[in-house]
Amino acid sequence: MSDNNSVAFVRTETLPELPPPASEAGAIKWMRENLFSSIPNGILTLVSLYVIYLVVTFVAPWLVNGIWNTNSLAECREILDGATGACFSVISERWNQLLFGFSYPSEFYWRPGLAFLLLFVAAAPVMFFDLPRKLLIFTGLYPFLAYWLIWGGTIFTPLFALLGLVVGYFVYARYVKDSFAMGFFGGVIAAFIAWYIGGFIVGAIAPENPLLEAVQSRNMGGFMLNMILGVVCVSLSLPLGIVLALGRQSDMPIIKWICVVFIEFIRGVPLITLLFVANVVLAFFLPPGTTFDLILRVIIMITMFSAAYIAEVIRGGLAALPKGQYEAADSLGLDYPQAMRLIILPQALKISIPGIVNVAVGLFKDTTLVSVISMFDLVGMIRGPILSSTDWNGVYWELFMAASVLFFVVCYGISQYSQWLERRLATDHR
Amino acid sequence: MTSVTDPPKGSFRLSMLINDKRYRSYTFQFIALIAVIAFMAYLGINLVRNLAAQGLNISFGFLGDPAGYDINQRPVEYDSQSPHLRAAIVGILNTLIVAFLACVTATVLGVIAGVLRLSNNWVVSKLMAIYVEMFRNVPVLIWIIIIFSIMSVSMPAPRAFRGDNATSSMLFDAFAFTNRGVYAPAPVIDGASGWIVIAVFILSVVGIFSYRKYATKRLYATGQLLPTFWPSVGLFFVPTLLFYFILGRPVTLDYPSLQGFNFQGGLQLRGSLIALWFALAIYTGAFIAENVRAGIQAISKGQTEAAASLGLRPGRIMNLVILPQALRVIIPPLISQYLNITKNSSLAIAVGYMDVTATLGGITLNQTGRAIEAILLLMLFYLTISLLISAVMNLYNNSVKLQER
Repeated sequence: MSDNNSVAFVRTETLPELPPPASEAGAIKWMRENLFSSIPNGILTLVSLYVIYLVVTFVAPWLVNGIWNTNSLAECREILDGATGACFSVISERWNQLLFGFSYPSEFYWRPGLAFLLLFVAAAPVMFFDLPRKLLIFTGLYPFLAYWLIWGGTIFTPLFALLGLVVGYFVYARYVKDSFAMGFFGGVIAAFIAWYIGGFIVGAIAPENPLLEAVQSRNMGGFMLNMILGVVCVSLSLPLGIVLALGRQSDMPIIKWICVVFIEFIRGVPLITLLFVANVVLAFFLPPGTTFDLILRVIIMITMFSAAYIAEVIRGGLAALPKGQYEAADSLGLDYPQAMRLIILPQALKISIPGIVNVAVGLFKDTTLVSVISMFDLVGMIRGPILSSTDWNGVYWELFMAASVLFFVVCYGISQYSQWLERRLATDHR
Repeated sequence: MTSVTDPPKGSFRLSMLINDKRYRSYTFQFIALIAVIAFMAYLGINLVRNLAAQGLNISFGFLGDPAGYDINQRPVEYDSQSPHLRAAIVGILNTLIVAFLACVTATVLGVIAGVLRLSNNWVVSKLMAIYVEMFRNVPVLIWIIIIFSIMSVSMPAPRAFRGDNATSSMLFDAFAFTNRGVYAPAPVIDGASGWIVIAVFILSVVGIFSYRKYATKRLYATGQLLPTFWPSVGLFFVPTLLFYFILGRPVTLDYPSLQGFNFQGGLQLRGSLIALWFALAIYTGAFIAENVRAGIQAISKGQTEAAASLGLRPGRIMNLVILPQALRVIIPPLISQYLNITKNSSLAIAVGYMDVTATLGGITLNQTGRAIEAILLLMLFYLTISLLISAVMNLYNNSVKLQER
């Protein structure tokens, strides 16, 4: 209103800002709020810190004194001379057995290694939608390529398997416009015919010495076996699970009943009993004289197992969709396959992603169970050949730590991806 | 309107079985049924031919034959001359024992870890996050083997407890941790008066629950709040201790003691039982912790604020508003975790714990060669358990279902 200078007691310049009180800033404030906000909280903090201290003082010397370059446990003990220390040399000496099993020819290690690297390339366009869609072609080719790389043998086997699928697809594409059922079954029949003929041709033209030498299934082992079982069974069980879920939601009583019995039966028994079935019982149900790989039998059983769980997850997704979506599809005049393919399943699958990933992670962990039916996967390798060898008898913790770290990296990675995907796909505005 | 969409009557043609939506479902179901029957028949014929070729048959008579093997943990009377059926029953009981122990422990661990993970104490919540992630992402079979190795490799032999300069000593003179298992005091019940004390204890536990129920009812009816904590504590201890001393201490503890090369007396918990129990409990506890956390977070903050604005104190808010709603979210996955524990207990076979998979599906199967029958019975057992648990879960779900329109 008037000149400020006339009022003598009003300060004319701003005071410099004081720093906040020590208890309200920086580390002290953070500690007060997050660690010692009340007496019980403070006690809890101290107890936790003590636990951390115990674990660290127990594990740290063991890790730091670890020895990486001896040939047996006895040499490790000699070098350590009573001090605490790990004998990691078992890992540096037997890493190949841990990863590939003990009878995969060592000169071919690059093959499963390359297949593993290519798995990332193949999975990338499925996992990240921003990548060019053309990459999906490689994803489609990957299973055949990986089979050829890991098992070796003539390239014509996977080639004709692929050819059968292509033939089936073309028949499907030709007839699907008339009726989905006709296209689908026509495609399946065409593919089988192509495979049947292909089998003869491959038998006739297979070269004596193929480019990649064949490796028998029983030579697969180690973490590679876990990866093979996990990847194959999850990818096979996804379509089967979708079919089972749709069947269970269907209003045709017989089909629904078949799916319910299958799902509830599989979910009610432990995986071990199913593996026993694969190991000793399945042979009774096949035509006399047929023998096929234990690996294949196990893949069939694990696929059925995870398909039942995935079906339940997807059923949850289907049930969670508002009824209006189904009615909207009907009112557009779409028939059942079209409605499912274009409207219902994309949304239902999106809701089910976290559940599907949970099942996938659980299944990958459950592949260790094959060690119980004397297959030499990672756990089987550790408990069998490595721990019973004279050199490494008694190296428990280093081996189990290595196995745990391998599984942890894969499973934790998958679950982090799933969380990222969930955030990415969230379309609601919360 | 209806006259337009009414289908023309009486003009059923064969092609409508494929083209008409009304009849098509019958066609599909018929095809599916035929396919399933054909598949089953194919399997059945193969089975009959295979059995005939090997001179076998399907018969459950083997269950009556003497088993001829020993089981180291026997909840009921059993020796190697007992029939296979009895071996299977011992196995079933062992499965149920380890499943029960693991369920209880996993629930306690899981609830504590789940609540603490939500704590605003940074160290504690991070520690719990590490626990959950570490155990969830590593196969349970590896945990079972690790704990079994700890029990059988790192623990001292009973011999270490002997002599004047023993390298190991018993905890409280009651517990001995050895590589043959953990020895703990076993309760010994002395005749009828001992059972009376047990009965009194059970009755007082029932009494606590009925008193609490009565207090809640009275609170809702009259608004008066009865004290519950101290009466509960009193009911828990006083009558039992009273009878215990009046009847002359009829329940005593049998302490294990070192005799010769091994411990005698007391309760022996074998390393395989401990490994299976704790591995399943810690592993499943991590999953339960996540369920508990999700359940508590599912309750919207408005519920807490609404309760607070009604003037409820924090403890009451938790007990009366948050928990009842959170339990509705927590309990169904919790029960399916119990189911998982029961099914995962079949991994006992990896550490030699004699559960039903190891007796019926393991030794009995190998000795008699009755693979189909043994595995069928094994599956039936697990199927029965899981159907029972699902039935309980459905009952519970129906009882707590939100009463909507």
